[in-house]
Amino acid sequence: MDVFKVLDALACPLPLSGIDTDQLIPARFMKRSRADGYGNFLLYDLRFDENGQRHPDCPLNAPRWQGAKILVTRRNFGSGSSREAAVYALADYGFTCVIAPSFGDIFASNAVNNGLLPATVSEEDAEALLAALESSDGSARVDLETCEIRAANLVIPFRIDPVWRTKLLNGWDDIDLTLSHSAAIEAFQVNDAKTRPWLVPKSRPA
Amino acid sequence: MVHSAEAGPRTLFDKIFDQHVVTAREDGQCLLFIDRHLLHEGSFHAFDKLKARNASVLRPDLTFGIEDHYVPTRTRDLAAIDPAIAHMIRQLRDNTTRHGLRLFGLSDPAQGIVHVLGPEQGLTLPGLTIVCGDSHTATHGAFGAIAFGIGASEVAHVLMTQTLWQKRPKRMRIRVEGRLGPGVFAKDMALSIIAMIGADGAAGHAIEYAGSAVRALSMEGRLTLCNLSIEAGGRCGMVAPDEMTLAYLRERPYAPSGTDFERAADHWLALRGEPDAAFDREVVLDAAEIAPIVTWGISPEDAAPITASAPDPDRMTDHARAAHVREALDYMGIRPGQPLTEIAIDRVFIGSCTNSRIEDLRAAAAILAGRRARVPGLVSPGSAVVKRQAEEEGLHRIFTEAGLDWVDAGCSMCVGMNGDLVPPGERCASTTNRNFRGRQGPGSRTHLMSPAMAAAAAITGHLTDMRPLLQGRESGLTKGR
Ligand code: SF4
Repeated sequence: MDVFKVLDALACPLPLSGIDTDQLIPARFMKRSRADGYGNFLLYDLRFDENGQRHPDCPLNAPRWQGAKILVTRRNFGSGSSREAAVYALADYGFTCVIAPSFGDIFASNAVNNGLLPATVSEEDAEALLAALESSDGSARVDLETCEIRAANLVIPFRIDPVWRTKLLNGWDDIDLTLSHSAAIEAFQVNDAKTRPWLVPKSRPA
Repeated sequence: MVHSAEAGPRTLFDKIFDQHVVTAREDGQCLLFIDRHLLHEGSFHAFDKLKARNASVLRPDLTFGIEDHYVPTRTRDLAAIDPAIAHMIRQLRDNTTRHGLRLFGLSDPAQGIVHVLGPEQGLTLPGLTIVCGDSHTATHGAFGAIAFGIGASEVAHVLMTQTLWQKRPKRMRIRVEGRLGPGVFAKDMALSIIAMIGADGAAGHAIEYAGSAVRALSMEGRLTLCNLSIEAGGRCGMVAPDEMTLAYLRERPYAPSGTDFERAADHWLALRGEPDAAFDREVVLDAAEIAPIVTWGISPEDAAPITASAPDPDRMTDHARAAHVREALDYMGIRPGQPLTEIAIDRVFIGSCTNSRIEDLRAAAAILAGRRARVPGLVSPGSAVVKRQAEEEGLHRIFTEAGLDWVDAGCSMCVGMNGDLVPPGERCASTTNRNFRGRQGPGSRTHLMSPAMAAAAAITGHLTDMRPLLQGRESGLTKGR
C-alpha cells in the first residue's frame, strides 16, 4: 500500500449529506473485475442522467474540479453497504482523501485498507471548508503528520483513529502483520477446541 | 489475561470480545478470532486477493458460501438469465469448490438470504464472532453474537488467517420498555430508534438492545431489530441470549446436539452482561408510544408515524437538516407537509433479510387474506425453508389470490442485483432496510415499512395505517404456531 504523509491537491466540494455506498457505486456496476477499473462508475447516478449525459451541475463534472484528489462533503459519508467497491471507485477515479463530519464505520475501515484517508472534521469546519474552496483556487493541503488541513486562509484540525493513522503513514498491510502472529493464532485454536468443543458444526446434511 | 479495556463488571459484548482476543497490541488493536465466516457472490474480490498471494483458506470448516445476492427468483435455471449475473453465481461455485467450502447453492433445500439462512440452519449461535462481506451481518446479533459486516480486504484477511484486527468499540444500550401496541412490530421499533438517534447515531458503537419490549420479541422480531443496527450507524447490534434463544436453536441442523448443546447452553446463558456493567451511552424508548412507521425520504432516519405528514424544510431551524429534507422530498416527489397516507404507491416488495421470515409473511397474509392488491408486487421468502413452510400454511395462495407474485428466495428487489428492479420514478412500499436513492434501481423511490404495512399499502394503493385493516384478524399473525 502507498504511504500517505502530506497531500497537496485540488479539493472538490460536494455539499451533500448522507452519500451512501449505493450512490458511490450503484449495485449494477459491481459485477466487473477490479482490473477494469471502477473510476468511471463513481457516483454514476449523480454525474450522469439516464441517457449517459453529464449533469452540468454536479461538481465532479465541472472543469475546475478535474484532477481533484480530495473530496469535501457533509455528514454520514459512506454509510450503508459494506461494498469495498465504493472505495475502489473513489481511488480509481483519483481520490486519496475524503473530508467529512462523519463516516460510515465499514466504509472508513475499507478506505484505510486501500490507502485512502477518511478525515473527520467538525460540522462547522466542513461548512467553512466547502465555502472557502468555492471562493478560492480550490487547492488544499492535508497533512497526516500534524492532522491539519490548510485551504485558502483556513487551518482546520481533523481526527483519525491513531491506529489507522499509523497504518496510512507507513503504508502497512494487515495480512503480513497478522501472519507474524501465526503461532498465537494456532495456540488460540488448540485451547479453544477444548473450551468450546461445539464450535465446529458437526452435522453436514447433504 | 487482561485484555479487557477496564476491569469491573462487563457487558455481553465485552465478555464475547474478550473470549476471542488472540493477541492485543498496546495501541488497543486486538486480533480477534472469527468463528463463522459467511460468503456470497460479491466475495470474488477477496478470492482474487487470495489467488494473488497463492494462499489457502485457514478454516474451511468455519467458512460457508451462500448464493443469495444475485440469484434469480423467477427461475432457477442459470442458462435462462443474464450471463453477467450467471457468471457471478458460477464464480462463487468455482471459488468455494477450489477451497473445499460448504456452499448453499440455488438447488440446496436450505438456500436463502445469508442472514435468514444462518440462524435457520443453526450456524448462528450465541457467543460467536460472525462476519460477512455484507453490512446487515449485525442481524445475527439477535442470538447474542458479535456479528458485523466487513469489506473485501477484510474478507481476504479472514479467509487467510481466521482473524481480524479490531478496536473495542464504545458500548451503547438501547432499552425499549413496556408493550408494543397492536399492529406495531420490531420494524417499527427499529425505525423509531433510527429516527430518534439518526442514521449515524450509533457510529463507533456496539449496540445492545434490552428492556421488556425487546425481551418480549420473538427471535424473528429480534432478528429484524438487529438487522437495522447498521442503519443507525452501529458496528453491530445484539440481544442477550435467553430461554427463547435456546428454544429456537434446539434441533437446528448445524447447531450442537445432545450433551454438547446443554454444555454450550450453560456457556451461552453465562454471557449475559453483569447488571451494573457500564455503557458509554444509553437511550430509552417507551414501547407504548411507538406507532406503525414509514419512511418518506432517502435515509432510514427520514421516518415518521403513518399518522404524520412529511416535514416542511421551510419551518426548520437546522439548516443542514433542512437542506437534506429538501433534497429528499424532491427526489421522492413528495410535497412538504403532505399527509403520509396521501402518498400513492406503484408496487410493493415483501422480502429481504429484514422482513422475509415466516412471521413476516404471516403478518402480511393476515392483512391480505380475501383482499385484492391494487398494485403489482413481489413476495420473496427469505429462504427455501420459509417458502416450504409458507406453502404448507397456504400463505402463498393468499398472496397470489391478492394478485402478488410469489417467487423464490434471494435478495431480489432489496438491491436489484438479480434484475428484480423498481422502474425509474416508481414508488415502492418495501419491507427492506434501505431507502437510499436508486437502491432498488436507478431513479426508484422506496418507502420502508413493516410487512403488514406493505400489505395494507398494496390493498389501498397508498401508504396506509394498517391497524383498521388488521381488526379481527390478529389471530392470523400467529397462525401455525
Ligand atoms: S436482502 Fe438486501 S440487505 Fe439483506 S443481505 Fe440481501 S442485499 Fe443485503
